Amino acid sequence: MQTIVVKNINKSYEEAKALNNISFSVEKGELFGIIGPDGAGKTTLFRILTTLILPDTGTATIEGLDVVKDYKKIRTQVGYMPGKFSLYQDLTVEENLQFFATVFHTTIKNNYNLIKDIYSQIEPFKTRKAGKLSGGMKQKLALSCALIHKPKVLFLDEPTTGVDPVSRKEFWEMLRNLRKQGITILVSTPYMDEATLCDRIALIQNGEFMKIEPPQNIINNFPETLWAVKAEHMSALLSDLRNCIGVKSCFAFGEVHHITVDTEILSLESLITFLQKKGHTGIHVNPINPTIEDCYMQLSSSKGNL
Amino acid sequence: MKQFLAFVIKEFHHILRDRRTILILLIMPIIQIILFGFAVTTEVKNVRVSILDHSKDDITQNIIQQINANEYLSISENIYTTDEIDEIFRKNKTDLVLVFSDHFDNDLRHSGQASVQIIADGTDPNMATMYVTYLTNILLSAQQSLNSGETLSGKFSIQPVVKLLYNPRMKGAYNFVPGVMGLIFTLICAMMTSISIVREKETGTMEILLVSPVKPIFIIFAKMIPYFALSCINLTSILLLSVYVLDVPITGNVFSLIFISLLFIIVSLSLGLLISTVTQTQVAAMLVSGMVLIMPIMVLSGMMFPIESMPHILQTISCILPARWYIISIKKIMIEGLSIFMVWKEVCILFSMGIFLIIISLKKFNNRLE
Repeated sequence: MQTIVVKNINKSYEEAKALNNISFSVEKGELFGIIGPDGAGKTTLFRILTTLILPDTGTATIEGLDVVKDYKKIRTQVGYMPGKFSLYQDLTVEENLQFFATVFHTTIKNNYNLIKDIYSQIEPFKTRKAGKLSGGMKQKLALSCALIHKPKVLFLDEPTTGVDPVSRKEFWEMLRNLRKQGITILVSTPYMDEATLCDRIALIQNGEFMKIEPPQNIINNFPETLWAVKAEHMSALLSDLRNCIGVKSCFAFGEVHHITVDTEILSLESLITFLQKKGHTGIHVNPINPTIEDCYMQLSSSKGNL
Repeated sequence: MKQFLAFVIKEFHHILRDRRTILILLIMPIIQIILFGFAVTTEVKNVRVSILDHSKDDITQNIIQQINANEYLSISENIYTTDEIDEIFRKNKTDLVLVFSDHFDNDLRHSGQASVQIIADGTDPNMATMYVTYLTNILLSAQQSLNSGETLSGKFSIQPVVKLLYNPRMKGAYNFVPGVMGLIFTLICAMMTSISIVREKETGTMEILLVSPVKPIFIIFAKMIPYFALSCINLTSILLLSVYVLDVPITGNVFSLIFISLLFIIVSLSLGLLISTVTQTQVAAMLVSGMVLIMPIMVLSGMMFPIESMPHILQTISCILPARWYIISIKKIMIEGLSIFMVWKEVCILFSMGIFLIIISLKKFNNRLE
């Protein structure tokens, strides 16, 4: 059974179009990721699905319930964790959890087993005020609060933004564990490296979905040849690479530049010669496997948007 | 019900943990009452009168003695030339100067008329008028006693006897206590409630609360209860202070006073609620309640200036302020000692304002974010 069904959702804010004809569906127990940069429309989509705002056109259902008409019923069945930390900073960890448990007509005891893995990590600090927790612990508490009423669907809007890498990794492990308990999870993130941890992902840009597929499929279907290039003067290298015939695209990826090439025009050797002529030293060129980020860049530039 | 209780407990936590705010909320009324009661005073008390007596005869001496004998006036200086008048005002040695003309006694006995001049400092016109009225009253009574001493027939003079009812000494506190009560309750109830609801919008917790089965009416009423309790504490402290420190008696029934105060507190709370539904940020909520409520209450509610002497259009505007009706009814009950049935009009107005505000804000309370 499909838990989330979205059909042709449109949403505009005055001039700006936030969501443009979005359609997708999420299976029960799936971990579905929405990947895209800030301002792509992720939060707007989450707010429509959690019944907080109304779509201009289109329909969406959660567990068969319409987000416009049946909003009251939906609100009893979903858990929502907004992008911004939204718990009471002046209440303690335990008071926050207790409060949200009562709001959802349940108790911590009843659903303790569901949140045990997560909550046990912050339980030693249960008398500390929520505002005094670290970023990672705040997210764990927020997740505990969103889970306390055993929701059927969990909406997590950028749960790992502003969280250190170790806590991010832990957080995703928790999500994968939750999925095993049959909870459908819709999660958004601007971090492309987290995409591979989802069952399926949707790449979103400027309010449009570019692709909805399992992350491995997206990587496998990458149509280009990808090389990583490194030299001593990286900024000069970037502009030289962009001027080189046969290089289709070139983006800076941390320590290296990723380029897609037309192998009929340019070979590995001829590129190195070209760069040496330009006066570069310490040149390394390696063919590499694409990551989701490469796919995202390729998809968005092929749309002519970048 | 359990849900509602959890909300109320949460709200109490918010308030009690914010030490500074709660201290301000509890101490502010006390400070205001004391300030308005003692420092900001419009009372006629220790008025210094200087005498320029060109005549120096029995009658002027008699009048001067009467002035000196009055407990609110005292003779501060005797001056001898007209030039000195300006000087002693500038040196702030006097509040009033009384000038007797030459041959005062003589003129009075022969022509039946003599003139005195009262000079007051006009920089504070309200106080000046009050001092002058006071001194004039004393002069009139002196004249009367002279008349009764004389056996001359046909000398009739009709004296207006001004008596200030309810506040015989024109004590400022009588006017300020009801005013401060109106101000404090508006501040605590309307301003603080609206800020605390809007804070949830600002921090994003409202987003989570909306995506939960909790009814909006629960969120709202849970917000009101702690501020209601706080206002009750303040009501007690204000009443105790005014009775035992400022000597403003509660002439009427204490229970009707409390009943009307509670009614007003509820009206103010719902006003705060309405503000919270139309504003999105704490700053906006504070500005709206500050500018739209507190300022007009200071000016329009009759706390500073009598409503009757305001332009007609401002009088009409002041009718929509709940505080105006509250202050009127408190004055009637607390100071004039009327029974609650004599203020039924004010009670009805406050009551219908409360119902109206609650209905509007519940209608306006948004189930969604936009």
